[in-house]
Amino acid sequence: MDLYEYQAKELFAGHGVPVLPGEVAETSDQARAAAERFGRTVVVKAQVKTGGRGKAGGVKLAETPDEAKARADAILGMDIKGHTVHRVLVTPASDIAEEYYFSFLLDRANRTFLAMASAEGGVDIEQLAVERPEALAKVPVDPLLGVDTAKAREIVAAARFPDAVADEAAEVIVKLWDTFVGEDATLVEVNPLVRDPDDRVIALDGKVTLDDNASFRHAEHAALVDKQAEDPLEAAAKEKDLNYVKLDGQVGIIGNGAGLVMSTLDVVAYAGEEFGVRPANFLDIGGGASAEVMANGLEIILSDPDVRSVFVNVFGGITACDAVANGIVQAFRLLESRGDTVNRPIVVRLDGNNATEGRRILTEAALPGLQQVDTMDNAARVAAQLAAQGE
Amino acid sequence: MAIFLDESSRIIVQGMTGSEGTRHTRRMLRAGSNVVGGVTPGKGGQSADFSDVKSGLFLPVYNSVGEAMAATGADVTVVFVPPRFAKSAVIEAIDAGIGLAVVITEGIPVHDTAVFWAHACATGNKTRIIGPNCPGVISPGKSNAGIIPADITGPGRIGLVSKSGTLTYQLMYELRDIGFSSAVGIGGDPVIGTTHIDALAAFQDDPETELIVMIGEIGGDAEERAAAYIKDNVTKPVVGYVAGFTAPEGKTMGHAGAIVSGSSGTAAAKKAALESAGVKVGKTPSETADLARQLVAP
Repeated sequence: MDLYEYQAKELFAGHGVPVLPGEVAETSDQARAAAERFGRTVVVKAQVKTGGRGKAGGVKLAETPDEAKARADAILGMDIKGHTVHRVLVTPASDIAEEYYFSFLLDRANRTFLAMASAEGGVDIEQLAVERPEALAKVPVDPLLGVDTAKAREIVAAARFPDAVADEAAEVIVKLWDTFVGEDATLVEVNPLVRDPDDRVIALDGKVTLDDNASFRHAEHAALVDKQAEDPLEAAAKEKDLNYVKLDGQVGIIGNGAGLVMSTLDVVAYAGEEFGVRPANFLDIGGGASAEVMANGLEIILSDPDVRSVFVNVFGGITACDAVANGIVQAFRLLESRGDTVNRPIVVRLDGNNATEGRRILTEAALPGLQQVDTMDNAARVAAQLAAQGE
Repeated sequence: MAIFLDESSRIIVQGMTGSEGTRHTRRMLRAGSNVVGGVTPGKGGQSADFSDVKSGLFLPVYNSVGEAMAATGADVTVVFVPPRFAKSAVIEAIDAGIGLAVVITEGIPVHDTAVFWAHACATGNKTRIIGPNCPGVISPGKSNAGIIPADITGPGRIGLVSKSGTLTYQLMYELRDIGFSSAVGIGGDPVIGTTHIDALAAFQDDPETELIVMIGEIGGDAEERAAAYIKDNVTKPVVGYVAGFTAPEGKTMGHAGAIVSGSSGTAAAKKAALESAGVKVGKTPSETADLARQLVAP
């Protein structure tokens, strides 16, 4: 889960990382009131989970409360790289002597953690990494040893932070490491990390990605989920423990196993080129496709008005196909009992464990609008064709 | 021969007395695997009833991997313990010095995996780790450590390495008439033990393997690095498949590692890298199977 800047800074503050005070505003009047309380020049910052806010005009100085209101009016509702701004952060403008870059992240390739730091902050770090790689220090961090003051000083030296702030920067880096480990983050990024005129080191911005797998030991992270910004179907799917991602096509997809479902999306996309249709979603029902899970999956997919046909693609590994077929039959009944009818064509491909019996069950059930096709490629083609006809 | 696992492998199951552990121990036994015991802390001295698989078969349960190894001579552990206990279970297996740990558990925090991987490295990499969040490894006709269905296909000349479980099954099914030396599911998490490269190296050295099928998916750069490795080190024919061409940027597609960030980790980049290393890459699983079929000697 990616966090908003204001959430990241709240986590930072909880681990002793110096941040500036700030107030979140959802309306321009709230922004005005916040600026009034600060009683000085403020920065109005769009809260979106993407970079490049400044370039997009989502970060503006405001010298007076009225100006803060006007800035917030302009920023709220703005679209930044496909993200709509619903909130702004109002924070006192700071005097900046220098800007640095700092991050801790997971280094997948080396299967360890990495600290990245540069004395040249506030810039597009991807660009810096390409154009002047020598200016970006990359220091591996052993997960068993972590980051103590000595390690932090090593990072500071590698990044060539000025001597005047070396001690304080090291102290902040140790606290950022505490945040990284303590919150089970896979990314903690501060850009810029600034030095103010009094040589204090402050996290002026914050970007944090939390590991969803660690939610069992962070009950408090549930409060960070932005329900408002979630796709309503994705939110409904999450409540039913379904792994669902909404896409923009017309062919609904249900499959078992993340890899097979990703592959199904591709196969449908190829088949759909001819018919002008695309996959409508990713939905992995996992290993045990019970009737209830199948019914919940079908329900989510059919509540997407863009869906014109549904492709159920199952390779029975652990799960036996007869159980999947029974699941589909019961799902139809369950949906009917909930007052929904399956009113779009369903294409089913069953292979693997007990496929013959599974196919027989579906043939005998003769469910309305359901047809079986014998290979993944053919089934994808039929589903794409049906979706095109449904328009 | 086969890779990582063969008929001489002696397997223990960590978490054998849990529901998943029991279910899959039963399946492994039915597939002919030599499962010699289980580990559940606090349940040492008990025995688990598998007499439905084989008359009179009760497997001993031990408190620790070390105890189990001393008593049974086990050299492989399959880990089914829940995410919150997985880190300590794997570290215990490493400290006991077992040769192979297959970590099936899904949903382990990546900080925990990073710690047990670092621990494995710091102690000299004596334990090969496969996974986590993987279906395991099967050497058909010899042994099965994990959850890959044993009845899809039999022994043969293809070696398969994959991030995805169900795609492994799909390709094994499509190539069931040829059969497999070994199939290894390395798992879809951002940090895993055994990589594509490790499996490629082992298949290159395995005289029973004539052709290698490599299945990748979006996220990270493991496939690109595997491509570079193939170019320099693999003389056997390799056929590839990459899932996730249509996956949108920034969305996790089921596997924690399957996320496209910016321009890196895309399926197109992976396919291009593999093709530049001379790997034939299929557009769909069935096209991939066709490519493999053309390359394997009749």
